[in-house]
Amino acid sequence: MKSGSTLEKVLASGNPAVTAELGPPMSADPHEVVKKAQQLKGFCDAANITDCQTAVVRISSIAAAAIAFQQGLEPVMQMTCRDRNRIAMQADLLGAAALGLKNCLCLAGDHQKFSAAGRLKGHPGAKNVYDVDTCQLVGILKKMRDESKQDGGDPIEVAPKFFIGASWTPMADPIDFRPINLMKKVNAGADFIQTQGIYDMEGLRAHMAKIRNMGLHEKTAILAGIIVPKSAMMLKYMDSSVAGVSVPKALIDRMNKAKEAAGDDKKKAKELQEQEGIKITIELIHQALETPGVKGVHIQAIEWESAIEGIVKAAGLYPRPQV
Amino acid sequence: MIVGSQKPIEEIWNMVKDFKKVLVFGCNTCVAICHAGGEKEAETIAALIRMKASQEGKQMTVNHLGVMRHCEPEYFEPVIDEVKKYDLVLSTACGVGVNFLSDRTGTVPVYPGINTSFYGAVEAPGVFKELCAGCGDCIVHMTGGICPVARCAKTLMNGPCGGTNKGKCEISKDVDCAWYLIVERMTKLGTLDKLSAIIPPRNWSTARDGGPRRISMEHIREFEEKEAAKTETAGGKR
Ligand code: SF4
Ligand code: SF4
Repeated sequence: MKSGSTLEKVLASGNPAVTAELGPPMSADPHEVVKKAQQLKGFCDAANITDCQTAVVRISSIAAAAIAFQQGLEPVMQMTCRDRNRIAMQADLLGAAALGLKNCLCLAGDHQKFSAAGRLKGHPGAKNVYDVDTCQLVGILKKMRDESKQDGGDPIEVAPKFFIGASWTPMADPIDFRPINLMKKVNAGADFIQTQGIYDMEGLRAHMAKIRNMGLHEKTAILAGIIVPKSAMMLKYMDSSVAGVSVPKALIDRMNKAKEAAGDDKKKAKELQEQEGIKITIELIHQALETPGVKGVHIQAIEWESAIEGIVKAAGLYPRPQV
Repeated sequence: MIVGSQKPIEEIWNMVKDFKKVLVFGCNTCVAICHAGGEKEAETIAALIRMKASQEGKQMTVNHLGVMRHCEPEYFEPVIDEVKKYDLVLSTACGVGVNFLSDRTGTVPVYPGINTSFYGAVEAPGVFKELCAGCGDCIVHMTGGICPVARCAKTLMNGPCGGTNKGKCEISKDVDCAWYLIVERMTKLGTLDKLSAIIPPRNWSTARDGGPRRISMEHIREFEEKEAAKTETAGGKR
């Protein structure tokens, strides 16, 4: 075992892994994290704790991960390259390991201009760090863990033992380069990969065939990203505006139908769309897990953590293996 | 070249309004090409300040002047005594020129008349584009001649992020994704396989991060000193 994390053990056991996502609040109140951790606990093997995602200040990933961990939920701390140089990164990694955290997902991070797609003020005038990129950060974690060395070469007495993750957007431009992108992260030391949210399962199958030809599915555990759709509007937005995401028309039509079935009743329209969204999610989970080379799913119910229990149960992925 | 753009006249006015004798001092190389701070622009700015002054009822003398370069003493030295007669020099050279001149004008302050933006090129008439960040350790032979330091919004060294959308960067649909261009270019050059190698963390000490930089070319200094000594001896013989 590289880290001894639950996620690592579940993957080693050959069971499909389930990860979820927990978004920390824009406030110093720990209760929100505690509540979400309780909602997720037992229904996933580990949950990503986002790191100021969409470039908006929230409780830091490490602090929220430590709170979740106290609640009995295994966290995947996230670390973006946007906000820290290699000194701060390694200091945080040592600290996170000292707190008992065992999984770390390395990300480039949304650019500081993003500010929740303009919905919040954010900090578009912040300096961006990008001292190292994702591939390089993965390499730093690996060097710390396997060689007990800091990136600069100084020795580490007690090495931080992380199960190292990275993200992958299989269907973004330049599409022919994406398998090489994955290969570089894997060669750098990524033990697991969570993909960008996928609705186009045919696309995923085609891309996984390339990945299998390269043998990458055996060197890393690929978890397919599933973003739980809440409404027809959300699916349309994801299709038109989110890089690397395309949503088949049939899915948008299904959500539209659910919406129209409620007539003018807005509350009912919301309910029906959410129900349909959960149905779609379960189908996507099954299709993803049937794809050769996929070792698990990363289910993101954004600001809707309470939906995970029902989804995981209905998908037949409950109870989670005891490892 | 160094690319800059004019400061809003309101900002300039707030800088200069309490001075009696102002020289707007243009630089006729880079910043003239980008229509920001050449002698012609200095003349226009001087006229605008005079207009403002008369509107606000302020007694001010505002003149303009231009030299070929503010970043080499031989160009501005012939006029430096003239420059020093003013209360304020508003330099429309790039930041380099402003700094360099500041060290050489005695008690006369030098203020910036433009915003210095980047190292770039003329993409089309009137369009200037950032292409290099002066990182001090050029690696574009590994990236198809396209710079990921200056042109990728995240300075990524090992390939695109997940934000590339239809060839554009996630920060704006008006900004090309550098990595899209790199992959396209290297595909065309038949060198895409080069990108499979991982570029390790960079040593940024060659960039601004290492502190202010200075390059001293000893052989040139020695040569210049010898030449100066020769002229002196020659003069002595005469
Ligand atoms: S790698 Fe450095 S020196 Fe080369 S173009 Fe980019 S910023 Fe300039
Ligand atoms: S979209 Fe392209 S240019 Fe923009 S940050 Fe990502 S890789 Fe860099």
